[in-house]
Amino acid sequence: MTTPDTSSPLLALRQIRKRYGATVALDGVDLTLHAGEVLALMGANGAGKSTLVKIIAGVERADAGQVLWQSQPVTFGSPRAALSAGVVTVHQQTSQLGVPGLTVAENLLLGKLCDPASPVLQSPRQLLAEAARVAGDLAGGLPLTADFADLTTAQRQLLALARALYENARLVILDEPTASLSAHESRRLFAAVDQLRAAGIAVLYISHRPADLRRLADRAVVLRNGQVAGGFAAPLDLDAALRVLTGGTLPLRSKALTPTAPGPVRLQLDAVRLLPESPAINLTLRAGEVVALTGNLGAGKSHLLRVLFGAGRLASGRVLLNGQPWRARNPAQAIAAGVFMAAEDRWRSSFLPTTTLGATLADLIALPHLPQLFKSGWLDHTALDERAISWIARLGIRAPGPQATPDQLSGGNQQKVVLARWQSMPAQVLLLDEPFQGVDIGARHDLVNAIRASTDRAVLIATSDLEEAVEVADRVLIMDQHGIYDPGPLRDGASLLDHIEQLERFAGQASNPAEEALA
Amino acid sequence: MNTQTHQLPQPVFSLALLRRHALFLILLLLIAGFASKEPAFVQPANLLSILQSTSVEALLGLAVTVALIAGGFDLSIGATASTALIASSYAMVVWHWGAVPTVLFGLLSGAAIGLFNALLVVRLRIPDLLATLGTMFLLGGLQLIPTGGQSISTGLMLPDGSSASGTFAPGFLALGRARLLGVPVPVIIVAVIALALWLLMQRTRWGRVFYATGGNEQAAALAGAPTARYRTLAYVLSGTLAALGGVIIAARVGRGDVSGGGSLLLDSVGATLIGFAVLNARRPHIVGTVVGALFVGVLLNGLTMLNVPFYTQDFVKGLVLVGALALTFGPGRGRA
Repeated sequence: MTTPDTSSPLLALRQIRKRYGATVALDGVDLTLHAGEVLALMGANGAGKSTLVKIIAGVERADAGQVLWQSQPVTFGSPRAALSAGVVTVHQQTSQLGVPGLTVAENLLLGKLCDPASPVLQSPRQLLAEAARVAGDLAGGLPLTADFADLTTAQRQLLALARALYENARLVILDEPTASLSAHESRRLFAAVDQLRAAGIAVLYISHRPADLRRLADRAVVLRNGQVAGGFAAPLDLDAALRVLTGGTLPLRSKALTPTAPGPVRLQLDAVRLLPESPAINLTLRAGEVVALTGNLGAGKSHLLRVLFGAGRLASGRVLLNGQPWRARNPAQAIAAGVFMAAEDRWRSSFLPTTTLGATLADLIALPHLPQLFKSGWLDHTALDERAISWIARLGIRAPGPQATPDQLSGGNQQKVVLARWQSMPAQVLLLDEPFQGVDIGARHDLVNAIRASTDRAVLIATSDLEEAVEVADRVLIMDQHGIYDPGPLRDGASLLDHIEQLERFAGQASNPAEEALA
Repeated sequence: MNTQTHQLPQPVFSLALLRRHALFLILLLLIAGFASKEPAFVQPANLLSILQSTSVEALLGLAVTVALIAGGFDLSIGATASTALIASSYAMVVWHWGAVPTVLFGLLSGAAIGLFNALLVVRLRIPDLLATLGTMFLLGGLQLIPTGGQSISTGLMLPDGSSASGTFAPGFLALGRARLLGVPVPVIIVAVIALALWLLMQRTRWGRVFYATGGNEQAAALAGAPTARYRTLAYVLSGTLAALGGVIIAARVGRGDVSGGGSLLLDSVGATLIGFAVLNARRPHIVGTVVGALFVGVLLNGLTMLNVPFYTQDFVKGLVLVGALALTFGPGRGRA
């Protein structure tokens, strides 16, 4: 869909500037957005995307420049002011999109329920009927009586979008909405965005994912170092956009042409069943090999990784580590045996609250290895710092120093810290759960290189993003219903796209019955 | 890529620096103020008496701090101390035990209570505030049973009609009353324990695991830490420290008074929370708790010297606590 440029834009930004102390976050950004248009906002971490979104959403104020809303100069002094003008922001943090403790129906009608003009007494039946109407076909599958807290990320997003549509939003900002969605859920979200667009709502869509942008965007604007580095009209030339984004050529790894020579078998799974009734899993991982597991959320990827790390139980079967029968009863045993896992959601699984003692990069990198590093029990702070400095340099982590806390780092650099933790000791098997979550393309490339650098260990990666899987791995396996399926080897670059298509179709079909059963 | 991640150079006299040392500054101002009004305030004898009177609060504060570092609040601290107080008094007066077995018995009672708390919180997964609240009531009632609610001293009427004939051994009383090179023994005990705990928490890898467990238990577990064991250990350590506090009170007073330990709990939690503001750590830490306890001690001693009525003490403590919390969590916190 294209929008005639003759109509006056819904939102126009003129020469927006914003500084944080000595750091220039936005350096004269111009941007226009029309009703019924999906504008993709692209940029590496730190390019200024978040700041720009915050200014539009009323969270921050620009130091200089003009915001025109329907051709009138405005300043959104608060998120509330932006919201009442019709700007709805759907954050990555979906816990903010509704009220836990209230049902989906109550959340859908929250605006109305909080309106002093609405009736004091509300009949539950009427409420449900109205909520069902609000949900419409955009969020039709949502369980209206479920607690918001029990919803998945995808369901929360749909709820927020349905509410935005109902409350006559004019502009919806979506911040990396597909970051933790399965392929099937993503398609559902895309359909919802289509509906918003058809209803004349402008959509500002922030994403790193080429598949999203290809599917949705009418136009794309690329930010770099706080400035607009380029604008692209549909059909998007993604390669060109990515080049602009990274400020040069994007070195894509020609993985199909450089297969690694696999070494000795590190890990072998014999007829492992994760659940008593799930299919048996047979899997062999060799030193120097990188294997990716892909599939929907809940397919069992994380479960398998956690089992191997001793943080979960398997129902039956046998695991061999370096040819010896082996079973980790807890993570400590796994770590002692050289089986390391970086779990998903780094803030919950790997970092500490920033005010806690031990929340610095130096401490976080060393945390699992403290018993090996300091056998006597006494810490050597200099040694901790030196280790961290060395890994900051080796992985190219952009950080003020070893005493920084991860909240001062961009997402990609945070993930490098997690990787540094598990690379800083020799591993037999490295298990990585969603290692590219919230990581921009440039940093992802660094991570891929670091993951593939060692030939001494086997790497098993769980990711719900097929393109990530294909980029990083020698072999891509599909996981579904706690079983593993091998779609066959990749031979050359040409078969790659076919492969992706095939995987997506598989993942989509496989998830359908299960999701309908839940709804 | 960007410069956003780089920290800005901090000016030497920044607000952050002021905030970091605010409590020390106020403490110095307080001491100077009291000294100018009442010169006797800064006499060594008075300063030592401040230290002595804060030693038990500091000890109990450390107990709260240890539990809190590992992520568990312990509301039963005061009750634990008073239970150990009763247990050790009972052992001396009714059972005629010597000083050493009595002290060990008192400490063991505290360790057992800590283990019980850990059972409730770690094993049965009862939320820590609720579980230790339950323990607090349980202990408050338990103390009354063996003595029928009376204080324990020589001549105590026992349920069988006879009277207890034991006395507090001099060696036991020395724990609360004696001085070593002029310094009260409780002060020395607390200083040694505070130093040991500081070393444990700040300088060893075990300390890191305690903090990691309290900060993000899942992350600590995935880093290979046996978090259940650490949390249990923290409660046992906390109970033992609280019991030591109770034993010292028994030795100082020379009598086993029953109490729910409510004011002890308030003082110790207060010291810990005031400690959050010390060095702007915004977390429980050993140095902070000791300074927090001292802060309250100095304030109360000074006000008493200036003839401020006794009954305003709780109000003053509350005021200091709220002020310190505002300093810790108030606006403008965080790094540049």
